Amino acid sequence: MILESISTILLILGAFFSLTGAIGLFRFPDFFTRVHAASVTDSIATILIIFGLILRTDFDLVTVKLLLILVFLLFTSPTASHALAKSARHGGLLTLPEIRATKKEDCSS
Amino acid sequence: MTELIDLVLLGMLAITALRIIFLKDLFAVVMLFGIYSFLSALIFVNLDAVDVAFTEASVGAGISTVLMLGTLALTGRKEKTNNHTTFLPLLVVVITGAALIYGTLDMPPFGDPDNPAQQHVAPRYIQDSPQEIGLPNMVTSVLASYRGFDTLGETAVVFAAAIGVLSLLGLPKHEKAAIESGLKSHLVLRVVAKLIVPLTLLFALYVQFHGDYGPGGGFQAGVIAAAAIILYALVFGLPMATHVIQPTLLKALAAIGVLIYAGTGFASFFLGGNFLDYNVLASDPVAGQHIGIILIELGVGVTVFAAMLSIFYAFAGQAERANIQ
Repeated sequence: MILESISTILLILGAFFSLTGAIGLFRFPDFFTRVHAASVTDSIATILIIFGLILRTDFDLVTVKLLLILVFLLFTSPTASHALAKSARHGGLLTLPEIRATKKEDCSS
Repeated sequence: MTELIDLVLLGMLAITALRIIFLKDLFAVVMLFGIYSFLSALIFVNLDAVDVAFTEASVGAGISTVLMLGTLALTGRKEKTNNHTTFLPLLVVVITGAALIYGTLDMPPFGDPDNPAQQHVAPRYIQDSPQEIGLPNMVTSVLASYRGFDTLGETAVVFAAAIGVLSLLGLPKHEKAAIESGLKSHLVLRVVAKLIVPLTLLFALYVQFHGDYGPGGGFQAGVIAAAAIILYALVFGLPMATHVIQPTLLKALAAIGVLIYAGTGFASFFLGGNFLDYNVLASDPVAGQHIGIILIELGVGVTVFAAMLSIFYAFAGQAERANIQ
């Protein structure tokens, strides 16, 4: 009973963080802030949701599988975000302050 | 509740499809195709068809996205502007769509137990397969044993697709002094890929041999194993990957898989049964079924792995050649 209510709280929190991540993905001004919003919330939402699900298992093989999924996601999803941001940087995409700085230089010169 | 989830997923599916039609940026279209496949996989899970969902997620969202990206690397990412009139195609589409909707009027109600599909052979499979074949995963019993002919045909189709692509594009040459390519500056990516690739291969083996007991089987396992090698090729460069798994080996493997499958059929043929009748493979019919199913699933897995990977090699080899020139 207690486990179930804790699990419900964890699941709702996880869903909330996923939602904030999605909103951030839409509302943030440039590429890097968007990747940031998506990746950070993704990690915490994964942890919360998988632990929420683990509390609902009978602590058998399913629990182990969920833990393995968690480990896999914690490895891959930040790596994907990192690769995405790094490739964008490599391709010459500037952050917002840098864009403003270059604009100012253009005006003053 | 499940109906609500179905409705939401179907709505998202329709929105994704519309977006795919109107977008001109082909890179985004490929990404949306991946999302489309994941949404269909979710719908299949909701319909309790986990095996199909697994296949859709691994083939539709995984491999085909990579293959389409490989094609985009060759063709460029912008759709050409279309100068044709749109009236006639629209007319054809509207008439076809109207005919299809008219056709659904005669369809039996969704999920009704009295539907012809539920009355024809399905009851026999459900009642007799535990005694006749004895596998916990009935989908594998139907796919590999009752419908062994169809699956042989599917494997042959995958094999034929690989032959088609290879005869058009050709496999990259295996070079002794390979040029360094790949993502050298991505240290994090390289380290994580080194961790992930062996685990993915292990998971592929699990899916291959656990297909008798849970969702999975040769098709999914072959695709997952191919995805592991594709990840390796993407991060460390195609020449490194062709060092590990050589194109000539892939050519042989693609044929060997089909041969294992058909050979199992002929083995049961010569032991006195029908083609692909596994009962005669062992003294006990149920044990014979198990041996036959493991063998043909292995054949499917080997062919799918070799076909998918050689198609990727063919595309990536072309892209690499285009880069050098």
